[in-house]
Amino acid sequence: MEEVHTGGGSSTGSMSTVSKDESCHNNLVVGETSSSDGESELELGLALSLGGGPVKSKASSNASWCHSGRILTAKDFPSMLPSSSSASSSSSASSSCLSRVNVSSSSSGTKRSADSVVSPNGSSQVVGWPPIRAYRMNSLNNQSKSPPRDGPNSQTEKTDGKSAVVEKVYGVNDKSSNNLKEKGHVKTSLFVKVNMDGVLIGRKVDLRAHSSYGTLAQTLEEMFQRPTSTVNSMRSCLEEYDMMAEVTGRSKLLDGSSEFVLTYEDKDGDWMLVGDVPWGYVFSHLENLRNFSWPCYLLSLYPLCVYSNLLSWHPSVQMFLSSVRRLRIMRTSEATGLAPSLQQRNGRPRSKPI
Amino acid sequence: MAYSFPVEVLEHIFSFIDSDNDRNAVSLVCKSWYEIERWCRRKIFIGNCYAVTPRIMIRRFPELRSVSLKGKPHFADFNLVPEGWGGYVDPWVLAMGRAYPFLEELRLKRMVVSDEALEMVSKSFKNFKVLVLSSCEGFTTDGLASIAANCRNLRELDLRESDVEDLGGNWLSCFPESCTSLVSLNISCLGSDWSLQSLSALERLVGRSPNLRRLRLNRAVPLDKLANLLRRAPQLVELGTGTFSSELRPDVFSNLSGAFSGCKELKALSGFWDAVPSHLPAVYTICSGLTSLNLSDANIQSSDLVKLISECQNLQRLWVFDYIEDSGLEALAESCKNLQELRVFPSDPYAMEPNVTLTEQGLVAVSEGCPKLESVLYFCRQFTNNALFTIAKNRPNLTRFRLCIIEPRTPDYITLEPLDAGFGAIVQNCKELRRLSLSGLLTDRVFEHIGTHAKKLEMLSIAFAGDSDLGLYHVLSGCKSLRKLEIRDCPFGDKALLANAAKLETMRSLWMSSCLVSFEACKLLGQKMPRLNVEVIDERGPPDSRPESYPVEKLYIYRSVAGPRLDMPAFVWTMDEELALRLS
Repeated sequence: MEEVHTGGGSSTGSMSTVSKDESCHNNLVVGETSSSDGESELELGLALSLGGGPVKSKASSNASWCHSGRILTAKDFPSMLPSSSSASSSSSASSSCLSRVNVSSSSSGTKRSADSVVSPNGSSQVVGWPPIRAYRMNSLNNQSKSPPRDGPNSQTEKTDGKSAVVEKVYGVNDKSSNNLKEKGHVKTSLFVKVNMDGVLIGRKVDLRAHSSYGTLAQTLEEMFQRPTSTVNSMRSCLEEYDMMAEVTGRSKLLDGSSEFVLTYEDKDGDWMLVGDVPWGYVFSHLENLRNFSWPCYLLSLYPLCVYSNLLSWHPSVQMFLSSVRRLRIMRTSEATGLAPSLQQRNGRPRSKPI
Repeated sequence: MAYSFPVEVLEHIFSFIDSDNDRNAVSLVCKSWYEIERWCRRKIFIGNCYAVTPRIMIRRFPELRSVSLKGKPHFADFNLVPEGWGGYVDPWVLAMGRAYPFLEELRLKRMVVSDEALEMVSKSFKNFKVLVLSSCEGFTTDGLASIAANCRNLRELDLRESDVEDLGGNWLSCFPESCTSLVSLNISCLGSDWSLQSLSALERLVGRSPNLRRLRLNRAVPLDKLANLLRRAPQLVELGTGTFSSELRPDVFSNLSGAFSGCKELKALSGFWDAVPSHLPAVYTICSGLTSLNLSDANIQSSDLVKLISECQNLQRLWVFDYIEDSGLEALAESCKNLQELRVFPSDPYAMEPNVTLTEQGLVAVSEGCPKLESVLYFCRQFTNNALFTIAKNRPNLTRFRLCIIEPRTPDYITLEPLDAGFGAIVQNCKELRRLSLSGLLTDRVFEHIGTHAKKLEMLSIAFAGDSDLGLYHVLSGCKSLRKLEIRDCPFGDKALLANAAKLETMRSLWMSSCLVSFEACKLLGQKMPRLNVEVIDERGPPDSRPESYPVEKLYIYRSVAGPRLDMPAFVWTMDEELALRLS
């Protein structure tokens, strides 16, 4: 991508010329006279907008506009483009198109945006791409992968008495979750809001894009630690500018102490620790059930990779998915008073960072 | 002006002028026409709620009966606009509550609506008739209960695609027994968990609404209830079913089939959640009258889809999953010669490998077989320049063309070239094209084509495309009719933006995220263009805590006579003279 920007930066001169010609064209289109002077054409383009129709602009700004008003272009800021340091390997404007094409096609495979989330099936998920609306995603979420079948085995029949028990207890009588249990294979998405203590901005995360609590927590970690701009991948010369340190409070996490826990609000408005669902409900008919050796439901945000192999989509997680309203990354100090921790229940040590 | 018509005559004449553009033209003729027109304007559409203030609207148009407002930018649909960005309707409702006691209609899109606002609406406007909340959020079923309880003459309650918090309760029962005026009810976005009381309240409501023409149910309404509802409302023109699956009992099927055949005026069908193919023939009796079919919530496979679609010869609009596959689209092209709009959605957008055989061939077939096709939204995984040439040649009457090749920067899969030439053919041949969304591997060339040919283009969406500022430059300088431009993940920076600053005042808005526009350029633009609001959205913290040449995360520029807005969250900064002074 740097090469691409080089092309842009080096052809600044020709760019400005083009721009002025074009703005001349614009002026003609709307009936303004064009000046032969290159500089003032640019001003005209702007004056047009100020002069046309009732304008409420202050006299002073108008005056300064006419005298010295000129939209500054990149010529005035030679160092504006981040990769201008590599402008030495410039290409002429005429060949730049070709070189760009070549660069694009050869590097297309490697262009991945920095904010992409690696989903369990290996594909890169970029925020907001493909452009499918959230309500449609959630609707996809409630469909089973394979089409429903007719006949006596219709999905409304409950094949397991235990599932009926769970539904009574958790109030899950949604037919779609029956589909999920019986087909056992969910690929679509469920977006919920996530807020982190101390961070102003909430995010949304797709719960169904993950196959375990581990990858979910990993995603959240990335989400709240890294900026979302894809431009990061193109700004190699700014690596020395430490983005991480800039975002408040992250350094503590990176030090290795786990200050936060992951909680969620369920349908009844109660706050629960993620994964903190009581033992006892094991559904043998769940196709994707794998044995997990470490009943570590209580997650801290860092590090998480340890657990991604150990955890699986326990059927209790299906209940989590159907009852979760939103997530919150809570400070551990505030998380007391939530459902009892695993340590107290099972007497096993809490998860420890590597 | 001694010979001018009396005001009443002019008002009467103006009352026949409906379109906003014509009304605006009328108001510019002379001062007296401006005055007369503004007193008799009854309907207003505000495409960006921050372009103007409630006070300005009320001051100019004191007698409005219908107000439409749009809030967040379009990319908010795809989670690109952080929570809390804005778009609050409450100040509008507050002001209108005082100024427009006779307001009848409120249509909102992508706005944040509180329960308090809904309550205020229900109590301030005695003759309130129409509430449309499209992709809105921030309210609960309690707010809906106020609307139901207090709006005596409610005709339309349409919650399409809004995010409503379901607090339980039974808000439908808040419609008084005396309310018989409903014409349109769209609750399809509500949850799938409903009590029996809610269902019976719905039945009673439908039963006492003889004028009900449009009814879109939510997933909670089971299939065996649908027949009852249909029998109570045989005059329906549009129906969205609830869940379309149940145990296959012959009596359910025949009951349903009978109920559908009673609805002789049905033109549009949607819903079909969890649809079971064997239940689909229940709708066959009314298929020949259908002009609109929305199966984009149904997991039906190609062969069943084809059976259904081949019954609908008069179809004008079809929304469907890619389960339809190329073969299904070929069948569509054979049977539905009146098709005007096609939308094909991906059933598994994140799969690495395609799960269905839906390629460019399907769209080419439809473009060949359907002479009236003018609006396309197509998600697929591969395309070629040749296919685009063919589509462009076949369908010069396209007005909306949105192609989404799921993997960013995918080239022509046969030649491995960018898709510049293909899209170029589209804009060159389709001279009436108003809306275009690009995808695939694209260089600056495609923007040159667009700038040169797309003279009627009003909305353009660009993602992962282009090589340099030249691309953006072509678009801003060439597209005369451009109103909305939204860009993400493109290497467009300061030069093109600054060189075309004037253009931005002729557009409604420009969105750029993950591009290369520097903070410095944003500040400059904000300073120099007082009638533009230049908003920097950056979740990394204040932009002045980084070097000025550093690109901003997201940029939203829109023209406004209201000045910088006052309800910005902490991660949004408006670039104006004040800010520049403060930061310098």
